[in-house]
Amino acid sequence: MRHAEEKNVEVRWMGIDRRNFLKVIAGGIAGAVSGNILAPRTLKAEEIAPIKQFMGVLVDTTRCVGCRACEAGCAEANHLPVPDISDISVFEKKRQTSLSEWNVVNRYKTEKGEVFVKKQCMHCNQPGCVSACLVKSMEKRKEGPVTWAPNCMGCRYCMVSCPFDSPKFEYNSPAPRILKCTLCWDRLEKGEKPACVEYCPVEALTFGARRELVEEAKRRIYGGNGKYLPHIYGEHEVGGTGYLYISKVPFEQIGFRTDLGQTAYPALSKGFFWNIVLLDILIPPLLLGIHYATRREKKVKVIEGGKR
Amino acid sequence: MNSVSFTEEKKGLKDILAFIRSELKPKGKALTPFNMISAPIILLGAVLIVIRFTMGLGSVTNLSQDYPWGLWIAFDVLIGVAFAGGAYVLTFVYYILGAEKYHSIVRVTILNGFLAYAFYSGALLLDLGRPWNALNFIIGNKFGVSSVLFMVAWHFFLYTVALLIEFSPIAAEWLGLKRARKILGSLTLGAVIFGIMLSTGHQAGVGGVFLLAKHNIHPLWYSDFIHVLFVVSSIFAGLSMVIFEGMISHRVFSNQMDHEHRSSNNDIVIGLGKVCAVVLFVYFFIKLLEFIHGKQWSLLNTPMGYWYLTEVIGFVLIPCGLFLSGTRQLNVTYIRAAAILTMAGIFINRFNVCIIAYKWYLPLSERYFPSWMEVAVTLSIICAEIWVFRWIVNRMPVFRESPEWAIEEKTQEKNITTRKEVPQWKVSAT
Repeated sequence: MRHAEEKNVEVRWMGIDRRNFLKVIAGGIAGAVSGNILAPRTLKAEEIAPIKQFMGVLVDTTRCVGCRACEAGCAEANHLPVPDISDISVFEKKRQTSLSEWNVVNRYKTEKGEVFVKKQCMHCNQPGCVSACLVKSMEKRKEGPVTWAPNCMGCRYCMVSCPFDSPKFEYNSPAPRILKCTLCWDRLEKGEKPACVEYCPVEALTFGARRELVEEAKRRIYGGNGKYLPHIYGEHEVGGTGYLYISKVPFEQIGFRTDLGQTAYPALSKGFFWNIVLLDILIPPLLLGIHYATRREKKVKVIEGGKR
Repeated sequence: MNSVSFTEEKKGLKDILAFIRSELKPKGKALTPFNMISAPIILLGAVLIVIRFTMGLGSVTNLSQDYPWGLWIAFDVLIGVAFAGGAYVLTFVYYILGAEKYHSIVRVTILNGFLAYAFYSGALLLDLGRPWNALNFIIGNKFGVSSVLFMVAWHFFLYTVALLIEFSPIAAEWLGLKRARKILGSLTLGAVIFGIMLSTGHQAGVGGVFLLAKHNIHPLWYSDFIHVLFVVSSIFAGLSMVIFEGMISHRVFSNQMDHEHRSSNNDIVIGLGKVCAVVLFVYFFIKLLEFIHGKQWSLLNTPMGYWYLTEVIGFVLIPCGLFLSGTRQLNVTYIRAAAILTMAGIFINRFNVCIIAYKWYLPLSERYFPSWMEVAVTLSIICAEIWVFRWIVNRMPVFRESPEWAIEEKTQEKNITTRKEVPQWKVSAT
């Protein structure tokens, strides 16, 4: 039932089934160089490459007017306390997302005037929190969102491993959950846009396939009036994120960490896994060998001693 | 040897249960200074644990959204596991390399390792937000195979089982179960070999967990090789703990020790000191390489840099030198001092990685500092562990030699039979 729904959603989003498209192309190449040993490799490469493109949100910080309608929409859609968005005193200090506010707008005073920036889970392409979770409670859905499931044991490793501090933990509950933006996963399943995008009155937020959003961002940066910096935050940061930002001022001035690098987080523990696998394979036979090497001598001694 | 005839297989389950019941009763004085201090702490800890499970972690701890891991992880897990490292090092030296010299301390080290793991996994349950899901990684309510923590959890779990197997012959000797002793004893070598594999993997994994916290940990403490640093440091951390524990036990449990145990002690301490000196130097060398490779010279002239230097020089290089001079001059006091200094260094290092250098950039008001309740719960866990340790040591042949019938079975022949032929369970240990 659920599967069928997902399938529908996908078809609606993607238009062309990319996998089949690639297969046709690969088949064409294989046919053109028929008998070439490269042909199976081409097909294999298609299997390895990301087959499904997923959805994301492009945030154009130059368009955001700080109305906080997205905050209200988010709260309403996720059954959180709806904030009073006419209260502009909240801009006095920089807010973090919290258990009851999964999406917050902050105001930054920069050299080019006030800039409003929306903050929420970045929905990384290869999330640290997902690779951290030992029970796959955190999951990167193929449609884009990073979501939490109740088989979580509450170790909070996802919080430690998130470069954007997105997951929040209910410390004051005997049955705590991890809460954060879900890219409105339940709305996506129904074929709707995330609430924040839906409620944005100035089209500062664009919802779409991430790949197309990158193109759109580039169009705005290079095709327009040149007011944007040539940098899409989230295109390469930590291996790419589902949320993409473009801006007219350097990102460190509007509350972004620019020291995170381009390595996807799961790659950070790759060396460790090799070490552990090597250790686990090599240690037992090595130890057994050493043990027998030292024991055999002893045995000989005992027998000799016993006979005399 | 007729006096040990009670150990024959005549006994039924009933006798064993009755024996265990009689052993459960406390021996010796109840109102010792240690008991007077520890009993209220354990009671307080129990109350706090009830509060924690009814009101949530926030009611007892100072953890925040910025600091998801605090004292319970830093102390109970990181430090406790490092100190439990002695078990795998000593089983390697004794069972694999066959260094008979360490015979008298192998059992107590295994016991310490096992209790540490048992109690720390208990402490971990307190820290888990949803402990009823704690076994999900075993029963397969999703296997997060790409997670470092998944590897750590499995290694941790299996190593605890391995330690239990390594310890089980001692319990069998205590209960006088000859057949069980024989079967369990035959498992020891396998448990030791897999135990070493599992514990090195686990020790490395505890550090490897922080690989994903790159953005949170000060660059002087974050390293791509943090798992290597953790596993190397667990060697000298564990051995320093063995030296320290021996120091205490020789005062407190002297009545339990046989002649061999007492007389061989200095020789053992010096031997362990040599290992510590070498491994501490290796650790220092890795730290140095990694520091030079990371080109972090400019960071040294900052408050965190001074703190880093304090750790690396004051608590790695200096104890290394102290161990070295202690082994050269055969000075046990030096070695003990070095062991204590090394243990302090492990405290500092693990606290640095988990708390002090973690989000070091936040203003002091937003930093984590453990609440008194977290400290109380930690203390009560340590006290409870000491109680169980004391209970076992006073009853089972941990410090003293095995009963006669068990010695005969052992492959390593020893001609020391200084123990009087008194049935094991009649040995009153006050």
